[in-house]
Amino acid sequence: MAVNITMPALSPTMEEGTLAKWLVKPGDTISSGDVIAEIETDKATMEVEAVDEGTLAKIVIDEGTEGVKVNSVIAVLAEEGENPDEVDAPEQGEPAPDKEETKGGDEAPAEKPAEKQAEAPKEKKTEAKSSSEEKQENEPKEAQRKDVSKELGSSEMKLADVGEGKDRIKASPLARRLAKLRGIDLSALEGSGPHGRIVKKDIEAAEPGKAAAKPDADQAKAPGQPASPDGLIMPQVLDDRVYDPESYELKPLDGVRKTVAKRLTQSFMQVPHFPLNVDMKLDRLLAVRKDINEAAPEGVKVSVNDMLIKASALALMAEPDCNASFTDKGIAYHKSAHVSVAVAIDGGLITPVIFNAQTKGLATIAAEMKDLATRARERKLKPQEYSGGTFSISNLGMFGITSFGSIINQPEGMILSVGTGEKRPVVNENDEIVPATVMTVTLSCDHRVIGGAEGARWLAAFKRYVERPESMLL
Amino acid sequence: MADYDLIVVGSGPGGYVAAIRASQLGMKTAIVERENLGGICLNWGCIPTKALLRSAEVLHYANNAKQFGLKIDKADFDLEGVVKRSRDIAKQLSSGVSHLMKKNKIDVIMGEATLKKGKEAPGVSVKDKDGKAKDYQAKHVLLATGARARSIPQAGLEPDGELIWTYREAMVPKSTPKKLLVIGSGAIGIEFASFYNELGSDVTVVEAMDRILPVEDEEISGLARKQFEKQGLKFHTGAQVKSLKKGKNDVTAEVSVGGKSETIKADRVILAIGIVGNVENLGLEDLGVKVEKTHVKVDGFGRTGVQGLYAIGDLTGPPWLAHKASHEGVICVEGIAGENTSHPFDASNVPGCTYSHPQIASVGLTEAQAKEAGHKVKVGKFPFIGNGKAIALGASDGLVKTVFDAETGELLGAHMVGAEVTELIQGYVIAREGELTEAELMNTIFPHPTLSEMMHESVLSAYGRVLHI
Repeated sequence: MAVNITMPALSPTMEEGTLAKWLVKPGDTISSGDVIAEIETDKATMEVEAVDEGTLAKIVIDEGTEGVKVNSVIAVLAEEGENPDEVDAPEQGEPAPDKEETKGGDEAPAEKPAEKQAEAPKEKKTEAKSSSEEKQENEPKEAQRKDVSKELGSSEMKLADVGEGKDRIKASPLARRLAKLRGIDLSALEGSGPHGRIVKKDIEAAEPGKAAAKPDADQAKAPGQPASPDGLIMPQVLDDRVYDPESYELKPLDGVRKTVAKRLTQSFMQVPHFPLNVDMKLDRLLAVRKDINEAAPEGVKVSVNDMLIKASALALMAEPDCNASFTDKGIAYHKSAHVSVAVAIDGGLITPVIFNAQTKGLATIAAEMKDLATRARERKLKPQEYSGGTFSISNLGMFGITSFGSIINQPEGMILSVGTGEKRPVVNENDEIVPATVMTVTLSCDHRVIGGAEGARWLAAFKRYVERPESMLL
Repeated sequence: MADYDLIVVGSGPGGYVAAIRASQLGMKTAIVERENLGGICLNWGCIPTKALLRSAEVLHYANNAKQFGLKIDKADFDLEGVVKRSRDIAKQLSSGVSHLMKKNKIDVIMGEATLKKGKEAPGVSVKDKDGKAKDYQAKHVLLATGARARSIPQAGLEPDGELIWTYREAMVPKSTPKKLLVIGSGAIGIEFASFYNELGSDVTVVEAMDRILPVEDEEISGLARKQFEKQGLKFHTGAQVKSLKKGKNDVTAEVSVGGKSETIKADRVILAIGIVGNVENLGLEDLGVKVEKTHVKVDGFGRTGVQGLYAIGDLTGPPWLAHKASHEGVICVEGIAGENTSHPFDASNVPGCTYSHPQIASVGLTEAQAKEAGHKVKVGKFPFIGNGKAIALGASDGLVKTVFDAETGELLGAHMVGAEVTELIQGYVIAREGELTEAELMNTIFPHPTLSEMMHESVLSAYGRVLHI
């Protein structure tokens, strides 16, 4: 039996991914555990390992294909003793049979009585028989049809692919044409037809330009503009009349860019942010850091940022009200401090997480951070390494930024923006102006979960740990 | 406590289909019928007339056997046998409905229903044959009591069952009238005219409007008239029957045509001048149900405005068609069940069929209606003579006409006259329901050789792409 290799789900929420690269080719012998392909998901490039062994008979999804649905067949493996050339390979986009869903949600109501009929023992035998006979007759036909679509399905499937994606708009041909003629954006409409299909009536109900708003649709979308892949990224296209297409280079959105854009837009639009600023002196922390690094064994080097990670984790433990996420069902108070750390990577941003940072020593945090940042830049992080944080830190100190406000990394409740540490004149307790190394931090809070007072209390705790870093040892 | 979730009054194609759908949706359902399960449609309408017309059609072929290279010395018919076949079929189907009710666990209550004021919904009191009444309470009551032939007693247009018939007597003749006068040229009038003409009666049809089959497209009704006339039917259009005078065994009709008076003598008269709703004796007045021109007023989901009371089918007005009633029944029941899957009833998508020889079938707007509604139209036409299958069948008279909106490509209407068009029209109905444009219809593969190819060609013709003429 030939074995289908399917698109793996690399995270619980993954629905599709890009097949970035094939590391094997048809004819190659594959053992279980071999890395056969690289898949780019929303934030990372992951390696796919073979589960079964055999000879790769066919690659169904070419490398570079975007939007490959989880569980769809990407390649076929011929098992021992099987001629790879004779393996019956499904066409692109076909889901693996075992995961195949019942197609056509209609489930023809007409079938129900037939089923009932077959089940009801009291019914006349002839009736029950005729319906079961009918079924038998239908089965081979269906099987046959499937075979045909397997053989020559590619063009048909491609047609379907265009429209079958998550973002497919269901609309009748007439509705599509009317929308085009009248400059109405179909994606902004809600269909009243079967299975939410947009029909003529819906177009007529929508005034040009003021499409009857879908509850979650962005209202500002201008008529006639094509829908963006994620619906939230605006503007979707540059107007050729304003920006000559020759005058810029269009770089297609990759998974990371799409995700960053979508998540940040969503967060900025949905979360009521407010910022809190505070200055803190860094001299003691810098001195302690120097001592630590001098005393540390070979290979261990603690950065200021590592210490800030530890300080924020401890502050979260001190002010547990601030370690929170807003949900529809209530506010989730996290019991541990999982600190997400923003890492700039080529083409975007990613936030690997230091889990249970409150329990980890600086050496551990430093080592973990080094490893995560390196792999983040190579896009080799696993989804579980960059999701699940409860609080974020973004540090632009190394760029000389004095202060800035970050966008909340949903569903986390707060994000800390760390500015540069610089010598500033400060007034000491004797009313003298003296130089000190001072850093400004800005805490962006989700006001649905955190009030000004809570945020301020957290900053006070954080400042205490930063200005008296020895207290982190307690 | 309610005895039922739903009580349906009337078991015609509206009522019994609604009851089945209700049962499918898990409602405890009962249906009340005063006469025969299946209503007029099965017992005195659609089905038995189709059985009669089939006999007439076979007779027609036998009479024209020579055309097919066959020899039949003299084709003849046995009227009793023709009628018996029709009645047997009606009986078979009525018992089929009875079986469907049983299968769907729907209680059948035989008797006449009257409604009483109720809290959640009107109460239903059913009087059986012996005059015994029993009260039932349901959460919802659906009226599907249908309609009957209209009469105008002032002009003598009143059936007596002997000389002046309605469809009911016309369906069970003891003998074929020598001279038959049909008043009204809608589907019912034309079907009986066609049937009796085939059986050898001398048939005259009087129509008040300026053309026969007045709801059909003008061009189609003109073509149909030509074909009927070729078969010997006579028509008076724009003609009013002023009076009917009954003789001993004949009737004299005074007809005014274009201001001139004319008398037509006939052995029998069939009244086919429309339909009135069965709104009487239901207690509708007490409940405050709005009745207009013998029809109950309802919204697109069959709601009457009285809590828990609904109405569907012929009772609620034209088009008086079984499939309209069934469709309304389903929509109504799904609405009650909160199934949000259907649109409110849309009369523009109800196909109309006349099963005469030739047949007439249509859906949507006629060319004239489309223009009147302000559409710029593209009209496609394809004649039966251009279709191989039609010629092979020996049925090369007819036309398939399509009307598109020139701007949007919406199929506004389709109109056909000729052999088997009643079996073809659903293709265009699907196209309209699915909101297909000319592009999808042109891209559809129609099997060869079939009459359906003409449907394709008609669409192509509207866009100047016709292949076979």
